[in-house]
Amino acid sequence: MDLNFTEEEIAFRDEVRAFFRSAIPDSIRAKVAEGEGLTRDDMIQSQRILNKYGYCTPNWPVAWGGKDWTPVQVYLYQDEMQLANVPSPIAFNVSMVGPVIAQFGSEEMKKRFLPATANADIFWCQGFSEPGSGSDLASLRTRAERKGDKYVVNGQKIWTTLAQYGEWIFCLVRTNTEAKQQEGISFLLIDMKTPGITVRPIITIDGGREVNEVFFDNVEVPVENLVGQENKGWDYAKFLLGNERTGIARVGNSKAKVARIKELAAIEQSGGRPLIQDPKFREKLAAIEIELKALEMTQLRVVADERKLEKGRQNPASSILKLKGSVIQQQLTELVMEVVGPYAMPYQREFDGRNEPVVGPEYATEAAPMYFNYRKVSIYGGSNEIQRNIIAKAILGL
Amino acid sequence: MDFDLNDEQRLLKESVDRLILDQYQFQQRKQYMAEPAGYSAAMWDRFAEQGLLGLPFPEAAGGFGGGPIETMIVAEAFGRGLVVEPYFATVVLGGGLLRRAADPAVLAALGPQIVAGKLKLAFAHIERHSRYDLANVSTSAKKDGSGYVLNGAKSVAMHGDSADKLLVTARMSGGQMDRGGIGLFIVDATAAGVARQGYPTQDGLRAAEVVLTNARAELLRDNALPAIEHAVDEAIAALCAEAVGAMQSMQDLTLEYLKTRKQFGRAIGSFQVLQHRSVDMLVALEGARSMAMFAAVMAAEENPIERRRAISAAKSQIGRSGKHIGQEAIQLHGGIGMTLEYSVGHYFKRMTMIDALYGDADHHLTALAGLGGLFGAAA
Ligand SMILES: Cc1cc2nc3c(=O)[nH]c(=O)nc-3n(C[C@H](O)[C@H](O)[C@H](O)COP(=O)(O)OP(=O)(O)OC[C@H]3O[C@@H](n4cnc5c(N)ncnc54)[C@H](O)[C@@H]3O)c2cc1C
Repeated sequence: MDLNFTEEEIAFRDEVRAFFRSAIPDSIRAKVAEGEGLTRDDMIQSQRILNKYGYCTPNWPVAWGGKDWTPVQVYLYQDEMQLANVPSPIAFNVSMVGPVIAQFGSEEMKKRFLPATANADIFWCQGFSEPGSGSDLASLRTRAERKGDKYVVNGQKIWTTLAQYGEWIFCLVRTNTEAKQQEGISFLLIDMKTPGITVRPIITIDGGREVNEVFFDNVEVPVENLVGQENKGWDYAKFLLGNERTGIARVGNSKAKVARIKELAAIEQSGGRPLIQDPKFREKLAAIEIELKALEMTQLRVVADERKLEKGRQNPASSILKLKGSVIQQQLTELVMEVVGPYAMPYQREFDGRNEPVVGPEYATEAAPMYFNYRKVSIYGGSNEIQRNIIAKAILGL
Repeated sequence: MDFDLNDEQRLLKESVDRLILDQYQFQQRKQYMAEPAGYSAAMWDRFAEQGLLGLPFPEAAGGFGGGPIETMIVAEAFGRGLVVEPYFATVVLGGGLLRRAADPAVLAALGPQIVAGKLKLAFAHIERHSRYDLANVSTSAKKDGSGYVLNGAKSVAMHGDSADKLLVTARMSGGQMDRGGIGLFIVDATAAGVARQGYPTQDGLRAAEVVLTNARAELLRDNALPAIEHAVDEAIAALCAEAVGAMQSMQDLTLEYLKTRKQFGRAIGSFQVLQHRSVDMLVALEGARSMAMFAAVMAAEENPIERRRAISAAKSQIGRSGKHIGQEAIQLHGGIGMTLEYSVGHYFKRMTMIDALYGDADHHLTALAGLGGLFGAAA
C-alpha cells in the first residue's frame, strides 16, 4: 500500500495545475469559487481554451480528441480542474452526448457533431425527464413517429437545464408504443431552431433561471439524427448515465470550498474574534473534512482498481461516490451560510445590473442561494433514493 | 396540567386560521409581495380591524392584554400563510421592546398608534461583526441637549425600510462587548442623519441597512440589555411558533404529494423508504411543536437564567427540526420542490431565515450548554 503518486504522475499533476491556473481567466474562476452563475459566454470561452490545448475531452476515444491517460491521470486532471475553480466543460456536451455519439453514432454523425461538441460550437441540452417520468424515466411518453425520412415529435420535456442556451437537444423519445417500455425508446438529436419547439423557463427557489420546460409540437426531425438504432435508446441512455464514474463526487470542488470557508471564517467574527478560532465551528468543519477525506480515499481506491479490473467492471465502492459527494457538497453550502451569519438574509439577485451598493460582504450574496440551489444535487442524475435502490439491488443483492 | 386553549384563545385561533385560509393562499401572497412596500397595506388594516395589532399590548396602551400564548396562536397561523406584513417587526418585537424597556407613558403614547395600524417599528441592532450577540454594540450615543445623537451602521433590520420609527441599540459607555452601557433609543426613520437602504430578504420579507450620522434620538432606557433580552426571548418564542406553522405546512404538502405523485405505476408514498422518511418528519415536527409550547409558556419568566435556558432549547430544536423537515420536504418532492412556482420551497426558505434570526440552532445549543443544560444533576 502506497498513497504516493509516481514521479510521472506528480509531473503530470504539476503540468495540469499550472495550465488550469494560468490559461483560464481569473474572473471566471472567481465566479466558480463564489458559486456565482456563469454566463453562456463564460462557459464557452472556458471550454474553448480547454479544447484548444487538448484538455477538454480526455474520456473520449483518442481518434476524436481523447487521451489515453491512465485512470490516475484522469483523476488528477479532474481534481486539479476543480481545485482551481475551473468550470467543468459543459457536461451535456462532454460527459453525455459526446461519448454516446462516439460510441454508437455513424461515422458521418461523428464528423458532423464531435468536433463542434468538443469546442462548444454547439451548446447541448438534455431532454430526458418529463412531467410524468422522473425517477421512472422509462415511462417517458414524448412520441416520435416515423413519416418517410422524418420523425415527427410531439410531447414535453421538463427540468431541461440551460435549454435557454441550448442549440441542440438530445432526447429520449418513444418510437414504439407496443413494446416493453425500455424497448420502445430511441435517442434523437434535435436542432432547437426547428419549428414547433417552445422553451419556457422554470425559476428555481434560489431565484435563478437554470431549468426549463421544452414543448414539442409536430417537430420534424430528419431520420439521420437518430443515434444508433431505433428502439435502442434506453441502452445508450444507460451507457450515458454510467459514464461518469469519479468526477461526479466533485471532491476537488469540495476541497476548494473547504479552503474558501477557512478564508472567510478568518474574516468573519464571532464573539469578538475570528470565527475560525471558535472551537465549535472548527469541529464542524473538521467533521466534514473527515468525510471528504474518506470520500477522496474511496475515489482513489476506485481509480486504482480501474487499472486492474477488466473494462466495464467497476469497484462496487464507485456507487457510493455520488451519494456521499452530493451530501458533502450540500453540507458545505450550509457551512458557508453559517460563516456569513445574518448577511445570508439579504436577497440581492434582482439587483443585478443595478447600482445599489452590495449589502454586507460581497461573498455573502451567494451563500443562501447556493444552499437553496444545491438541494438539487441529491435530486438530479438519479435521486439519492434511486441511488440507494440501485446499490441495494446491484451491490448488496437485496 | 392542561394544554387546552381557553375559550377566548380558541376564538382567536379560529379567526386567524380563517383569515389565513381566506386571504393568504399562495397566489394571494404573491400579489401582496408585489405591492410597493413588499406587503399588503390592506392586509395591515385588516390585522388592525381584527385586533391582531393590539394583541400583546396592555389595555392602558390601547391593547387587549394578550400574552405569549396568544402571540403563539397568531404566529403559528402566520407561519402557515407565510405572512409578509411587518407583524413580527412591529407588534411582536417592536411592541415587546416598548413594553419591556420604555416608560409606561411612552408605551401609552405609541401603543394606540400601533394598535390602529398607524405606526410601524423596526429593531436595528445587528452590526457588521456582531452576529447574534446583542451586547456587541459599537454604534455610539452622545448626549445633545435634551436628547442624544447616534452614529453608526446597523444591518439587516427586519422591515426597517417601511418602519416609521426605529428602535436602535447604541453604546453610552463601556467597551464594544460590555453588557453594561447599552441604551435603547427611538429614532424617527425619516429624520435627518438616518439613511436607509431597503431590500428583500431571501424569504420574501424586507429588511434595511441603516446608517446613522448624528441622528437625533430619544433614550427609552439606559443599561437596557436585560430588558432587550427579555423582549427578544419573547420574540424568539413567537418565531418558534411561526416555524411550527411553516413545518406543519411542509409536512402536509409532502404527505399529499406522496399520495398523489405516481412513479413506477404507483403512488410514491407506497415506497416504504419514503413512508419512514415522512414518519421522521412527523417526529421532528412534534418535537418542535412541543418545544414551541415550552417556549411560549416560559417566555414571560422573569428569572433570566430559567427563561434563557428554555428559549435556547426551543430555538435550537426549532432550527434542527426545521432544517430536517425543509430539506426532506424538498427532497421527497423531487424537481417540483425546487421551483419558485410551488409553495414548499417558500416555506423552506422562511424556515432557513428563521434559523438565522436571533441565533441559529448551534448558537443556542452552545448557549444552553453554557447555562448548564435543562435538567439538574443528580443530588
Ligand atoms: C436543477 C435540476 C436540473 C435538472 N436537469 C435536468 C436535465 O438537464 N435534463 C433532464 O432530463 N432532467 C433534468 N433534471 C431532472 C431530474 O433528473 C429529475 O428531477 C429526477 O430524475 C427526479 O425526478 P422527479 O423530479 O420527477 O421526482 P420523482 O421521480 O417524482 O421523485 C419524487 C421523490 O420520490 C422518490 N422516489 C421515486 N421513486 C422512488 C423509488 N422507487 N423508491 C424510493 N424513492 C423513490 C425520489 O427519490 C424523490 O425523492 C433536473 C432536475 C433538477 C432539480
